Amino acid sequence: MPIEVRVPTVLRKHTAGEKTLSGSGSTVRELVEDLEGRNPGLRQSLVGDDGQLHRFVNVYVNDEDVRYLGGIETPLSDGDSVSILPAVAGG
Amino acid sequence: MLARDLRAAVGDTPLVGLPALSPPGYELYVKLEGHNPTGSVKDRVAKYLLEDAERAGLLHPGSRILEPTSGNTGIALAALCAPRGYKLSCVMPENTSVERRRLLELYSVDIIPSPAAEGSNGAVRMAREIADADPDVYLPFQYGNAANPRAHYETTGPEILRDLPDVAAVVAGLGTGGTLTGVGRRLKEHDPAAKVFAAEPEYGELVYGLRNLDEGFVPPVLDTSVLDGRIKVDSLAALTETRRLATEEGIFAGISTGAALAVALRVCNPRRLAEGSKVVVVSPDGGWKYLSTGAYAAGNLEQIAASLAETVWA
Ligand SMILES: Cc1ncc(COP(=O)(O)O)c(C=O)c1O
Repeated sequence: MPIEVRVPTVLRKHTAGEKTLSGSGSTVRELVEDLEGRNPGLRQSLVGDDGQLHRFVNVYVNDEDVRYLGGIETPLSDGDSVSILPAVAGG
Repeated sequence: MLARDLRAAVGDTPLVGLPALSPPGYELYVKLEGHNPTGSVKDRVAKYLLEDAERAGLLHPGSRILEPTSGNTGIALAALCAPRGYKLSCVMPENTSVERRRLLELYSVDIIPSPAAEGSNGAVRMAREIADADPDVYLPFQYGNAANPRAHYETTGPEILRDLPDVAAVVAGLGTGGTLTGVGRRLKEHDPAAKVFAAEPEYGELVYGLRNLDEGFVPPVLDTSVLDGRIKVDSLAALTETRRLATEEGIFAGISTGAALAVALRVCNPRRLAEGSKVVVVSPDGGWKYLSTGAYAAGNLEQIAASLAETVWA
């Protein structure tokens, strides 16, 4: 089973308007590489020159922010769901 | 409980057990911040923000104060500003509940609407622009003011530890991060093994809008090092748990409370918390200010959640 990835509105310019993508990889980093092949520009929106996720991008695996799992090296399994969201505040 | 004035009535909220909702082997408790004078956890923060500024000599009768808020902080500030003669303006996203606006109107607050599509980030941006152009206005700025987490470090956290010294974990919603940072620091000083989990609201597409990822906003007061996990909860899951809290425990709470409860139920798992753990959910407010959103109305829950997803409920 592939991994489903939900993409926010701002990034859909890289995905031909697609809201969800399907990809594969055993870590978040591999998944991003896999998606970049079919959706050029996506990687640069998510990952900085330092190889880490941008500060204002939150990536979730099964609803959990990967910063508290293993960061960009967070392991993935088939059937996981990944979502990307901009950082927003409340209060 | 006798209070000399409204300020003295802030805090000391009930910590209520949830016997019906606690998973087998765990004990859940909810701290009802809706019992504060203006009905939210932000009474604590407003009190600290104003007292800090007063100590620094920044406020006098007639002073003007400006604050970006999704509602609760504005209402809390308004109640404390009124008797002291401070004039309050709030920048608030236009897609918050009508109750929040009505309450601010009651206190004669000048409401400056910010675009729905920019969410709270837009309110922050506009408030900064206005304050930069108007040096006489005081901007407490809950997102960057250390008095915000300190209110929780000095009051919310100690109250939890007083009532439940062996608490294993705390779950709270993530807005400015003040609650999580302040309570989290206090909790971990008391017991370094204690865990702190953030429940992050997940909204609909409108709220995230077209904002650029590099224009995002991470509040300076949020100390991410105290967090052990950050879990997003969508409107449907938050609403489902908010309603269960009412039907199974009798507690009428706001939508963020359901989000935090959903996270608490998820972490009650032997892989994360030992069996027997006591977990505290911070309920930032009661349900009153959400009645007009239809959150509690009869009807199709999925449809209600979908419309709720486009309003800022944290
Ligand atoms: C409804 C609701 N949920 C969550 C929060 C989060 O609180 P904090 O700003 O301390 O992160 C707030 C704060 O106003 C709130 O009003």
